[in-house]
Amino acid sequence: MQDAERIAAQAVERHRREPSQLLQILVETQDGIGYLPAAALTRIADLLELPRARVEGVAGFYSFLYTEPVGRYRILFSDNIIDRMLGTRGLMESLCRRLEVSPGQVSPGGEVSVDVTSCTGMGDQGPAVLVNGLAVTRLDEARVERIASLVRAGTPLAEWPAEYFRVDDNIRRRGSLLGDDFVPGAALQAAMVRGRTGWLEEVRLSGLRGRGGAGFTTAVKWMACRDAPGADKVVVCNADEGEPGTFKDRVLLASQAERVFEGMTLAAWATGARQGLLYLRGEYRYLLKHLRAVLALRRAAGLLGPRILGEAGFDFDIDIHLGAGAYVCGEETALLESLEGKRGTPRIRPPFPVTHGYLGRPTVVNNVETLAKTTLIALQGGAAFAATGTPQSTGTKLLSISGDCAYPGVYEYPFGVTIAHVLEDCGAHDPQVVQVGGASGVTIAGHEFHRRIAFEDVPTAGAFMVFDGRRDPFEMARNFVHFFAHESCGFCTPCRVGTALLKGYMDKLASGKGAKMDLADIEWLDRLLKNASHCGLGSSAPNPVIDTLIKFRPAYERRLVSLDFKPAFDLDAALETARRMTGRDDPGAHLDWREEV
Amino acid sequence: MGGKFLFDGRPVPFEEGQTILQAARAAGHYIPHLCWHPDFPPHGSCKLCVVKVGGRHVSSCALPARDGMEVESNTPEINGERRALLQMLFVEGNHFCPSCEKSGNCQLQALAYELDMSSARFAHFYPDRPVDASHPDVLLDFNRCIFCELCVRASRDVDHKGVFALTGRGIRKHLVVNAESGRLADTDFAVSDRAADICPVGVILRKRVGFAVPIGERKYDEASISSVAMEKGE
Repeated sequence: MQDAERIAAQAVERHRREPSQLLQILVETQDGIGYLPAAALTRIADLLELPRARVEGVAGFYSFLYTEPVGRYRILFSDNIIDRMLGTRGLMESLCRRLEVSPGQVSPGGEVSVDVTSCTGMGDQGPAVLVNGLAVTRLDEARVERIASLVRAGTPLAEWPAEYFRVDDNIRRRGSLLGDDFVPGAALQAAMVRGRTGWLEEVRLSGLRGRGGAGFTTAVKWMACRDAPGADKVVVCNADEGEPGTFKDRVLLASQAERVFEGMTLAAWATGARQGLLYLRGEYRYLLKHLRAVLALRRAAGLLGPRILGEAGFDFDIDIHLGAGAYVCGEETALLESLEGKRGTPRIRPPFPVTHGYLGRPTVVNNVETLAKTTLIALQGGAAFAATGTPQSTGTKLLSISGDCAYPGVYEYPFGVTIAHVLEDCGAHDPQVVQVGGASGVTIAGHEFHRRIAFEDVPTAGAFMVFDGRRDPFEMARNFVHFFAHESCGFCTPCRVGTALLKGYMDKLASGKGAKMDLADIEWLDRLLKNASHCGLGSSAPNPVIDTLIKFRPAYERRLVSLDFKPAFDLDAALETARRMTGRDDPGAHLDWREEV
Repeated sequence: MGGKFLFDGRPVPFEEGQTILQAARAAGHYIPHLCWHPDFPPHGSCKLCVVKVGGRHVSSCALPARDGMEVESNTPEINGERRALLQMLFVEGNHFCPSCEKSGNCQLQALAYELDMSSARFAHFYPDRPVDASHPDVLLDFNRCIFCELCVRASRDVDHKGVFALTGRGIRKHLVVNAESGRLADTDFAVSDRAADICPVGVILRKRVGFAVPIGERKYDEASISSVAMEKGE
């Protein structure tokens, strides 16, 4: 255990005993030990002069931090509905059988643990797993068999076939962003010629709206930050792409990192910020090396650091922070809390980040795609940018397309494209449902395929999941409800308890024990979550249930056993303890609920 | 710059910086709350103080009052939602009022009476939350925790000790104390701390004074929580 304390102390010193680096310190400590033993948390708290309970609070918040030992190989299956449709469940059972371990358990010798995790952002090349935090794609039975033997042989990850870790961009349709060659520095030069005010005016003319989902006007955000009192402004890039079914930011970070960082620098030019932070979701940690290399290149080229492109007073640099498995951190105030080394709990607003953001400083938080798009505005001008798309939704939108289609991947379309058009392009035969915008988005049924991707019609952060006639919309909704219950931060009552209750109701229906009264309760919970939740996670958690209940009600009704009340309390399950104690499992030790009807 | 807003149709004056809840209280109107406390900044987690402003639901403890606002609070719709929030708090923990030392002094119980909550409605979670009786003067019964964080805030901001914190996430969120052993006895917590008498429910209980006042003669046995709040300022 002294070793653990030493590793923890080294991580703290690397971050100069800075409490705001707590999450990074915990991640690095765990990298060294495999998990976070109690003594390591105590040591970290002592060195940072924080209450130990606060450190424990942060360690317990993030899915990828473990306060109990996990396997030396930690294999997590992406549990999004799309991965499931690609066969994850069977593959996971097969792997567990081969390794003689149960899901969620550590093997007796501590070699391996297998479990599920929220969508890892590989919907176009799944089924996917994370092995010790690194993405492995295109799983099939052969790959599972090989992985099992690599694990049994104790082969270090570095010696696993490199092919397993290959992540493709799968860019299927290029528009103005993905189609252009980008010369690093060119957009910055163009914006600097216009001056800070002139540049912001171009952004205003472009009508650019946030691509992360909320669609807030970028220029308004930047202006508010510029005008906020305080000289120490911050630009944050939100690369916590956690919405199930979304992966376009992963592709931008992999293939267009120069553009993303240049966009952050353009935001700094507009607002006067000197510090930049990119919050990278833990699932994309394999991109860290590449992103740091791009940052180094940009520093060497004078595009980051003091006196950018020789301009006196234009100093800006970027740091990367790693997340650790928490969807809620995509919410901008939760992201700021996480950047400050805290639990990712959304803040009370107002005040807004543009005036009180990172460490209380005026902060702009923009999505990866939004920032990349600003390079186009710098190069072409705001008016040219606004010439594509619709009047309320200017420019193009990247879609992450996955599910039942021939060509999953990333597609760039001008805003206003119809869903039918997209379905045809991606080779979707017999589409029944499209889930646009991820788990928190909109469920689109066949009769709505004429609708358009745009803030004023069907808004989306980028996810576009296709389900054909074989699929069950109820199971899709149930998968998303499980996701939200797992990802709720637990701060407010309606979301903490409501998502857990909703999960219980959906499972009750799925097990064939539902009654009509359960549907009424589900609708009541949906309303409460929508109305009373503290942040967007809770208020959008019931969306897939609300939509599928309206558009695919028979999928629910055929699961009902009775038109009135069936208790959620399972009498037979309650006898389990007695059965274990008496060592009985014969029919006489069971109550068959069906016989009671 | 202060002003006036309409609270359930009645004009309520406010001063600049006052929240809806503060201004309403000052004018004699009670809004239910659990995580809000007059001595602490708004927290906004319990959502019992939810009101409707211009058709939108907001937390009245956190939202600054604005001139001309129309606030709906004591309506069947909002009280129905508050009742459901109470039911959620009851089913996620283990609340067994008849044997609880806090009965009659408990704000959760008192609000359930106030808002006519006659059943739990939802299925109980029956979580496993062992008690911590290690401290010589205080018992921690986590079964009743509603995550208002008043003890966390009082210990951090008033006592400057940081004895309490929350860990876990979602429905697995739970209260922990500032010791590697996880035992309150191994912290510097003292019965004289502000955090020792801030719990609105029955988590933090003093030892050796249990049932000194019989159930039936306690604060909320004598008067409803709204009148206690408005008349005694509690």
